[in-house]
Amino acid sequence: MPARLRRIAAVLLRLFYLLRSSSARIVPLFAWQAVDIVLWGFISQFLNSVSAARFNFISTLLGAVVLWDFLVRCLHGVIIAFMEDVWSRNFLNLFASPLSIAEYFSGLVLFSISSSLVVLAMMVGVATAAFGLSFFSYGLMLIPFLLLLFLFGIALGIFGAAIVLRWGPAAEWLIWPIPALLSPLACVFYPLSALPTWLQWVARLVPPSYVFEGMRQVAAGHREPLMSLLVGAALTTLALLAAGSAFVRVYHHALRTGLIARYTAESVG
Amino acid sequence: MNLQPGAAISGPPRSGATTGFEPAVDGLGASALRQEGDAGKRNMGTASTNFHLTDQAGVSAAPVLTVTGLSKHYGESLAVDDVSFDIAGHEILGLLGPNGAGKTTTLNMILGVLEPSAGGIVIDGLNLAFRRRRALERANFAAAYAPLPGNLTVWQNLRVFAMLYGVSNAVERVEALLREFDLLAFRHTKCGVLSSGEQTRVSLAKALLNRPRLLLLDEPTASLDPATAREIRSRIRRFASDNEVAVLWTSHNMVEVSEVCDRVLFLARGKILLEGDPKTLPAEYGKATLEDLFVAVAREPLTLED
Ligand SMILES: Nc1ncnc2c1ncn2[C@@H]1O[C@H](COP(=O)(O)OP(=O)(O)O)[C@@H](O)[C@H]1O
Ligand SMILES: [Mg+2]
Repeated sequence: MPARLRRIAAVLLRLFYLLRSSSARIVPLFAWQAVDIVLWGFISQFLNSVSAARFNFISTLLGAVVLWDFLVRCLHGVIIAFMEDVWSRNFLNLFASPLSIAEYFSGLVLFSISSSLVVLAMMVGVATAAFGLSFFSYGLMLIPFLLLLFLFGIALGIFGAAIVLRWGPAAEWLIWPIPALLSPLACVFYPLSALPTWLQWVARLVPPSYVFEGMRQVAAGHREPLMSLLVGAALTTLALLAAGSAFVRVYHHALRTGLIARYTAESVG
Repeated sequence: MNLQPGAAISGPPRSGATTGFEPAVDGLGASALRQEGDAGKRNMGTASTNFHLTDQAGVSAAPVLTVTGLSKHYGESLAVDDVSFDIAGHEILGLLGPNGAGKTTTLNMILGVLEPSAGGIVIDGLNLAFRRRRALERANFAAAYAPLPGNLTVWQNLRVFAMLYGVSNAVERVEALLREFDLLAFRHTKCGVLSSGEQTRVSLAKALLNRPRLLLLDEPTASLDPATAREIRSRIRRFASDNEVAVLWTSHNMVEVSEVCDRVLFLARGKILLEGDPKTLPAEYGKATLEDLFVAVAREPLTLED
């Protein structure tokens, strides 16, 4: 195995060992998302029963929740993996080794995507079995949808890691609420047009809003929203670049101030 | 570590000579190591010394670590002030100095986890600033304040770090080091529940995983019992002498330092004040022991400066 891949695999192996050794890490991986699906499944069913039959809440609302939870899981995958090294004060050992920042994050991202895909499969399974969601009715458009959500989740995760590295472990409480803060602007549960005009402009800067708008278009049988997905892809790319450069800047700041060498809850924040 | 009776009473690990030809008795033995080392680059000659002899051909007398003009500012304060030194293969250099002298800061810069304000670091011919990865592949370290993650077992941690350092035949290497540092019984124990002495041994095992050319040890024996500390000292001496390794060792135990180190640097307030052989240095300054000299330097660095 090339040396670079071997170092990335080492980051993954550590996370795998951690998962394998503790159910406290495995259960939350599935539990919250499963609860979310059940909750929104019943809400969608109920809305279907009280509204005019022309609108299917299962495919729009429940389908959107599946996609949104996938994004959140991608974000959490990166943050949790990063926090493992924060909690165990592993930075000095890690970064005094030949491991590069890019390799380190490659490991975190691979961990995030692989665990998120497993969680996605679980969510789709539950939503299909219990509420009759036909997830694959979105067809090939699912690929760009999932890809954009994944990449944006990773961007948020890297950005969150930068915040924690810069402002200390206590700053993790700034990270966990990010999805809740973003969800109104991502237009997960309602169309963009439901927002006041000025907020619509803000929402247009939030890449997932293009995915959820597109998803509703496809569900309503409209044309495939290729142009708006391209805009979403461009914004996602910008977000990734911004998050990456934010982390690199924070990392160099930490190298100068000695934070990497002494990263503990006591020394930062 | 094999704490056999014989090992513990085999006397001081070095017998005056700084080349240290103690017999290699175990997994760290010379033959086992050289099978994998890139022999071409290393001086295999048994006659190599630890003095800075630049032989005419210039083959291998180049120092393993060269530090030039190294400084570190933290805001207004100067933690390390224009420090220069080098360490040859086979050589153990002691870095001494009172608390806050700048020893750990110096080590952290050599490990690439702290950016120097000025100066350069070259490890095995590789400039750390430009060839960080290659340089760090040839170094490793152990420090009491950097235990391996407590939530993985000894074996898991060593396995992960073996991969990070690109160790070939990682499983055998880990096994050999577990035996070497008397850790077989703790193989499946989480590092977090080990005693600090046991954690130190795990850190040392990790530090030797990649058979580094440069080994940085920040107070490695601080939490070890005297018998274990002695055993560890002789092991590291043997490792250094068998493998042309350069070792940078910090310690507050002056008896240990004079036993282990070929040369010492006295650091105070970030500056190197003295340098020399720990055996002869005290006498040169009219002191009976290294400890007396240390106390004098720590108390009145200025009177010794010239
Ligand atoms: N990250 C840091 N930020 C500010 N000052 C620091 C930092 N790290 C170390 N120092 C200061 O630099 C000096 C040298 O510290 P250190 O290298 O740890 O000393 P030693 O290891 O010799 O005891 C001390 O005065 C210490 O307070
Ligand atoms: Mg120190």
